[in-house]
Amino acid sequence: MTARLDQRAREVLADEDAVRRHDASVFDLRQRRDAAVAEVPDWEALRERASGIKRHLLDHLDRYLERFETQARAAGVRVHWATDAASANRIVSELLAARQVRQVIKSKSMLTEECGLNPVLEARGIEVVDTDLGERIVQLAGEPPSHIIVPAIHRSRFEIGALFHRTMGTPEGESDPERLTRLARADLRRKFTEADAAITGVNFAVAETGSIVVVTNEGNADLGMSLPNLHIACMGLEKLIPAMSDLPVFLRLLARSATGQPISVYTSVVTGPRPGAELHVVIVDNGRSELLASDGHRGALGCIRCGACLNTCPVYRKAGGYAYDQPIPGPIGAVLAPSLRAKEGGAELAQASSLCGSCSAVCPMRIDLHGQLLAWRRENRTAGALERVVTFVAATAMTRPALFGAAGRTAANFWSLLGRRFAGNPAASWLHGRELPEHPGESFRAQWLRRRETPK
Amino acid sequence: MATERDIGLFIPCYVDQLAPEVGWATVRILEHLGHRVHYDPEQTCCGQPFLNTGAAGDAARLARGHLARFARFDAIVCPSGSCVATVRHRFGELGFGEQGDEARQRANTFELGEYLVDRLGTPDLGARFPHRVALLQSCHGLRDLGLGPRSETGPDAEPVRNVVEQLLGTVSGLELVPSSRADECCGFGGSFAVKFPEVSTRMGRARLEDFSAAEYVTGTDVSCLLHLAGVRAHTGTGPIPIHLAEILASGLGEAKAS
Repeated sequence: MTARLDQRAREVLADEDAVRRHDASVFDLRQRRDAAVAEVPDWEALRERASGIKRHLLDHLDRYLERFETQARAAGVRVHWATDAASANRIVSELLAARQVRQVIKSKSMLTEECGLNPVLEARGIEVVDTDLGERIVQLAGEPPSHIIVPAIHRSRFEIGALFHRTMGTPEGESDPERLTRLARADLRRKFTEADAAITGVNFAVAETGSIVVVTNEGNADLGMSLPNLHIACMGLEKLIPAMSDLPVFLRLLARSATGQPISVYTSVVTGPRPGAELHVVIVDNGRSELLASDGHRGALGCIRCGACLNTCPVYRKAGGYAYDQPIPGPIGAVLAPSLRAKEGGAELAQASSLCGSCSAVCPMRIDLHGQLLAWRRENRTAGALERVVTFVAATAMTRPALFGAAGRTAANFWSLLGRRFAGNPAASWLHGRELPEHPGESFRAQWLRRRETPK
Repeated sequence: MATERDIGLFIPCYVDQLAPEVGWATVRILEHLGHRVHYDPEQTCCGQPFLNTGAAGDAARLARGHLARFARFDAIVCPSGSCVATVRHRFGELGFGEQGDEARQRANTFELGEYLVDRLGTPDLGARFPHRVALLQSCHGLRDLGLGPRSETGPDAEPVRNVVEQLLGTVSGLELVPSSRADECCGFGGSFAVKFPEVSTRMGRARLEDFSAAEYVTGTDVSCLLHLAGVRAHTGTGPIPIHLAEILASGLGEAKAS
């Protein structure tokens, strides 16, 4: 039985041009990251320092959360706590409803994707406009993001031109990226000025000062925070860092790992609301405290959502984000899926890795991503009864050399049959896009016994 | 009593069944260098496939069997990076082998190439292979055993030798063909190859395309190479996969029958 991700990937992989473009665009980000890393003489030390800070933070998270709440309140922020996605969505929609908000501008937040906030607000008649350009593209297309940093990376400029023409009335046939960006910008400007509220994510929350830090390249979050008088920032409870002096450590890693930029274009530190405005921070658990309680999986909470593990992952690059069918795709998505439980099918994703380990090596927070996938495979075996029996029998045969040898000889006898394509062939999955290797006829063990050992 | 000259030959299950010539090339190299090679025909599998599918109980039975079978050797050599990585780095997940003789035995389990480079100083085996050859850096060898430099590391990482490149440097006539993605995975990944055949073979095709200027592609792991051979046989293009040991043994005679 092939996995569901593989079945979904089959559709994507049928379009050879799209696969090549996606793989090349995403690998380009990885190469930009490599070039940026080569310019930082203390890169590995920086990774060590950042992961050390985060480890300390997670070990004392209760204390830092309380500290953040106290400091944020002192600065005039209203702090809300949400145990799960439903309560986060309820808090946000009630805040908006109480103020008769009709139009919201939103900047990119993987947390609200995880919680499925947009459809909840739309069901209440609130217009939600995503303002990150990539996020806007997938919103207009009625799709979820396929990447956490570059949500529309799976689309070509021609597809985007056609989409803009259909949804925004831009000139037909326009596919120049710069002109398309200008057209989208003009459309978004209007939305910005009309909106009654802004929703943003949070990249970092500083316990020491009660500040939130939002990082973007387009300035859309910053504009959103500056125009309407209501700003709601949503964050996972792992987004804290202890002190403002820790921030540069993470900023040095984040943009380089994501896109190879030394620093993002905009980094806004917000401590309390503007005069006359409201700032609400919604702190969301949604499975995170379970991860925190698990020694094996706590490290995953160190993720700063840079996307480097997606960019390096050959499975992600080939299969594309949608094959994962989860809010967050790629290695970190597969690691988080079983705890975030945003959608069914998350447990299977632990299998969707060749265990090449590039994700762990590229992660700025030194999360042992492929080790965590292995841990999930152990803890959450998705194998059905039949697979478990087959595995047990195979392992038992392996512990008995005579049985192992006999099984090998049986396979050798049927080898040419196994190499043919017919219904019910147990080797069918191997034969998908591949042939069986030639069989040598006789095992090393048999040859050794024949050549080297005197018969007893 | 086993001495340093006595090598426990660890032949992984799939090498035993599908690539016995790689086992013999390993024997020829080690014997040529004056070692006594001991092969225990009762050996089967280190447990990696079971460890990787989450079947920890099944993996533990095989891992214990493996440790017991090789306990008497000071050096255990294997023509497969991923099996060595399993023995050296992963038995701890099963809760044993972390201390004393077992820990020492695990540390003394070597991938063939690293044994030749680190222990025997990259010997010249008189190999001749007048072909354009691409290098497949198998992931577990590269990232778990540190057989070569990884493309992900920053400038302040410890410099590492490049085991396979160094060994290929001793082969006369061989021209190393660079690839655009020096350490991209070939898509094998054990159970991944059969659970995700569409993605797995697409990854394999991409590697073969990247190596298209070469006549052969070589590496430390039979598993990756068999996967690439299967993809190559299906598409009909790309370099021929060949194990490092076979190239290194190309100047040596047939293994003696004692």
